Parts: sequence; C-alpha cells; structure tokens
Amino acid sequence: MITEILKGMFTTFKHLLQPPVTIQYPEVKRPVRYRFKGRHELKRYDNGLEKCIGCALCAAACPADAIFVEAAENTDDERYSPGERYARVYEINMLRCIFCGFCEDACPTEAIVLEDNYELSFYDRASAIYTKEMLLVPVPPGGQPTPQKVEPGKYDRAIPEMEDPK
Amino acid sequence: MTIGAGEDTFKELTVEELRAKVGTGMPIDDPEEHMLLSMGPQHPSTHGVLRLLVELDGENIVNLAPDIGFLHTGVEKNMESKTYTKALVMTDRLDYLSPMSNNLAYILAVEKLLGVEATPRAQAIRVILCELARISSHLVWLATHALDLAAMSVFLYCFREREYILDIFEMVAGQRMMVSYFRPGGLWRDVPEEFEPAVRQFLDFFPSRIADYEALLKDNPIWLERTKGIGVISGEDAVAWGLTGPSLRGSGVDWDYRKVMPYSGYEQYEFDVPVETDGDVYARYRCRMREMWESLRIIRQALDKLPQGPVNISDRKIVPPPRSELGHSMEAVIHHFKLWTEGFSAPEGFVYQSVESPRGEFSVYLRGDGSPRPARVHFRTPSYVNLASLPLLSKGAFIADVVAIIGSIDIVLGEIDR
Ligand code: SF4
Ligand code: SF4
Repeated sequence: MITEILKGMFTTFKHLLQPPVTIQYPEVKRPVRYRFKGRHELKRYDNGLEKCIGCALCAAACPADAIFVEAAENTDDERYSPGERYARVYEINMLRCIFCGFCEDACPTEAIVLEDNYELSFYDRASAIYTKEMLLVPVPPGGQPTPQKVEPGKYDRAIPEMEDPK
Repeated sequence: MTIGAGEDTFKELTVEELRAKVGTGMPIDDPEEHMLLSMGPQHPSTHGVLRLLVELDGENIVNLAPDIGFLHTGVEKNMESKTYTKALVMTDRLDYLSPMSNNLAYILAVEKLLGVEATPRAQAIRVILCELARISSHLVWLATHALDLAAMSVFLYCFREREYILDIFEMVAGQRMMVSYFRPGGLWRDVPEEFEPAVRQFLDFFPSRIADYEALLKDNPIWLERTKGIGVISGEDAVAWGLTGPSLRGSGVDWDYRKVMPYSGYEQYEFDVPVETDGDVYARYRCRMREMWESLRIIRQALDKLPQGPVNISDRKIVPPPRSELGHSMEAVIHHFKLWTEGFSAPEGFVYQSVESPRGEFSVYLRGDGSPRPARVHFRTPSYVNLASLPLLSKGAFIADVVAIIGSIDIVLGEIDR
C-alpha cells in the first residue's frame, strides 16, 4: 500500500519540475492555427474594390441562417465590386453563427473569410449583428475606397481566378 | 417528506401527489420512512444537465430514476429541414466529446444512401481522427471520473493531453470541437502538412502519459476501494439492457462494431478489443484505459500506410468542385452554385449505419425520399441506452457510489436528450 502511494506521489512530484502549460490569457494569447475559424471578414481586392458580389450564396449555405444579404446594381460610375452587383446590406448575426465555415466554402469569390479573431462579446442582442461596415476590411495601401469611378468595361468579370485553399 | 425546494418543501404529500410532482413514474417503496432526494439537474457530478431522483434508506439507494430532457435541442427534427450537407453540423452537437464519431456515422449513412464510397486516403484519415477523438473522449471521461472521486491531479494531466488532440483538430478542421470535417464523399480539405508530424509526436509522448495515469490510479488503494465491486452488472444483464461500448465489454462480452461490422476500413488494422470480466466500475475503468493503447496502435498503423491520392470522390454532383476551377469553368460554377443552394438529392430508401463511438454503438437511421433533404433521421445513441441501466447498477449502493457509477458509464447529455 505504501509503495502505491509513493508511486502516485512520485508522479505528481515529477510534474512539479516541468514547465507550466497554463497560458496567462488575456496577457498572453495562444496563436491559432492557419485554418482556424474565427470572426468573419469581408475582403477587398488590392485596388480597393470589394470582393463580395452580393450573390447570397453564403446566406443559402449557412446552416444557422445567420447571414442576410441584399444586393444592388453596380455601375461604372459607382462601382463597389467587379461584376453586376454588390452587397448593399451585409449582416451576420453572431449569436446565430456556429462558425462552421460553410459560408467561406460557398463564396465564389473568396470574399468572406473566417479569420482568427475569437474575442467576440456584446452587451445586447442588437450589437451581436455585425454589419457590412464592421466586417469589411480597410482599404489596402494603394487602393481606393468604394464606390469607385472606373473605366467602362474593365470590371465585368465577377468571379476571379483563385487557388485551392490550403 | 422532503422534496425539491421552495414553499412546499416540508409539506406532507400523498404518494400520488409525490409521483405527479417528480414526474418520473418511479415506484416509491416506502414514502413514509425513506427520503426522496433530487440530485441535479445541475449537480456537479451528474456530467451534464441530468436529474436523478433517488429514494434513500439511510445512505442506501432503494430506487433511482434518471429524469432527462433538460438539454433537448430537437436535432433529429431540425435535420429534416436542412440539406444533407448542412445537416452535418447538427451531428457535432450530439456527443460533443467526440464529434468525429458522430460525423462519421452520419456521413457513412449518407454515403450508403447515395451508393458511394470514400477514397482510401479519406477513409484512413477518418480512422486516425476518430481514434484520436476516442482518446480525447476517454481523457475527459478519466479526468471527470477521477475528479468526482476526488483525484484532482489526474484531471489536470488529462486535460493537458486532450488539449494537444484538440489542437490537432484545430489544425485540420479549424475548429477544436465542432469539427464538421468529414463531408459526403470525402473530407472538407486534405490534412495539412504538419498533421503527420504532430500525430507522430503524440504517438511518441502519449504512452508515457498513460503510464502516469496508471501510476496514479491503477493500484491506488483509495481508487480500488471506491471502484472495485461497485455497480456490478453481469454479462447477461448488460446484453439484456442493451449496453454497448466499454460498459458492455467491462462485463465480459466481446462486442465491438469495429470488429463485428467493420466500416471505413477498420478491417485492415490489427488491434485487440479489451474485455474485462468483473462488470464493476473498476472493470469499466480498465477497459477504457486499455482501449487507449489499442487506439494508439490503430493510429500508428493507419499513419504508416496512409495512402496518397485525392480525399474526395470526383462526382461533381456530390462534392463541390475545387476553387481553382471556378475562375474559368462555367460548369464548375454551376455545380458549385447548385450544391451550395439546393444540395444533392439522395434516392428513396433507408439505411442504418452503426459505428463504435467511445461510448458504444452510435447508429444513424436515415431515410431519403428523393429530395435534397432527409425525410427522417434518427440516432441510436449509446449514452441514452447505457443510462437506462443506471437504476439497476446503483440498486443497494451508497449514495456516494452513484457518482462513481455515473462516471463509469460515461454519459454525455448532448446525445441523450438530442
Ligand atoms: S460560419 Fe457557418 S454559421 Fe457562421 S455565418 Fe458562416 S455559414 Fe453561417
Ligand atoms: S460573401 Fe461571397 S457568397 Fe456571400 S454574397 Fe458576397 S460574394 Fe456571395
């Protein structure tokens, strides 16, 4: 009986000498993996045009019905995204979202991407609805904010060439 | 007669009133002399939102009735309103300690209904991930089971190793728990490059960690005292009550779906099914501990001969086309749009698919009616059936032993109430 107890004590003692595994969140943050599915972002092209073409495929693919998209027409004088249409309203209800990533898989232009922010909190239900302004990334350096005035006929193609995701 | 809380705690109730109140239909032997105790539904040792109604004679249990349904989510009904692919996310939330097994059971059922089979690489990866899930689930079981019996350090060590497995899940699926990684016809994506080294590292260090847990518990006199001879169920009773998984194998019945009805290529791997004969809490503990070793063996074999090749079948009517084709192929765009809006239609008919989840037989009954949505989904979940044997297991035991017995049948309320 004594030997068993000593064996147990020894196991616990061994762990005293090992470095701690606890991470001191929020001072220290655990880096997330490349594929991590955190808060969504709506992406832009390098020239500042929005990738989202308002096709609402993400909303159709969402198992939690968390996405609301309302599209409007682009013109060459007021262009938000390549192709015919853009998302005039884009909202995700973060209380409904289950972070499954189906919207990212369904998006034909890689406009919506689940990034690595996992620190979502709200004081009330209304502020859990993230609007397009909150989701859209800033204009990259060298790009123009939307809407842009562009050469006619230059941005007719809605779906770009893409690579397979890693 | 004391029951519940609030105003009428000490009010005298007739037996009929009492029964109506407790709502479990439990026969009460002696309402005058015995105490009725309501454990839960948030009792720290009931492993979820489970309520137990216990009739006590002193410290001994006369009757016991589990009262379930507090976590009801309507998963089965909900799945009927979603396409086959979208319904997958629901299955993660049944047995939330091993979502991989649930995913696998559902996806295998869908594939059976469609008449397709995943590629060899996808099958092997599925096996590796399911076995990792089995280990991580057993780690949570061991951690909480030991914690219930006051062994705190086991809890901490188990969660540390589980964290490593969850990190592997995050690496492959982007999610630590609600993975939804297996898809009809294959996988979400192929595993990343760093997957294999990470699993190999796990295979290297984990045996010494199991040795640590064994050193803490296996021969520990307090542990033996609390688990040996407690909650005994014979082999015949276990079969009669429909127990499956380690709870059945702890009673000496050799029954494992990976052996008797192999799926996803389990027949290619060499492994033993641990069986213990005593049928008590300790036997079930030994079964699960030994299963972890077998899981390691399976993972090692699957990793060693992991086939190369695609992870998804090439049928564009089931698996969406790769992203690289969308930019230049109109056909690919059409398939992509069609699959993500309408989904694929499965033929009329029904299938039944069982897998060996960490808790036992997890089966899916799936009926298709030719539409893109399942007409009926039903789950046969191991925890639900195993919990039904709790009154039998705990009859005559001490109230403190109930905690050990619940731990030893390893229930998850998510799949009981579903
Ligand atoms: S991550 Fe899933 S639940 Fe969330 S918005 Fe996208 S599709 Fe919907
Ligand atoms: S985010 Fe993608 S899928 Fe959703 S509306 Fe925009 S382009 Fe379409």
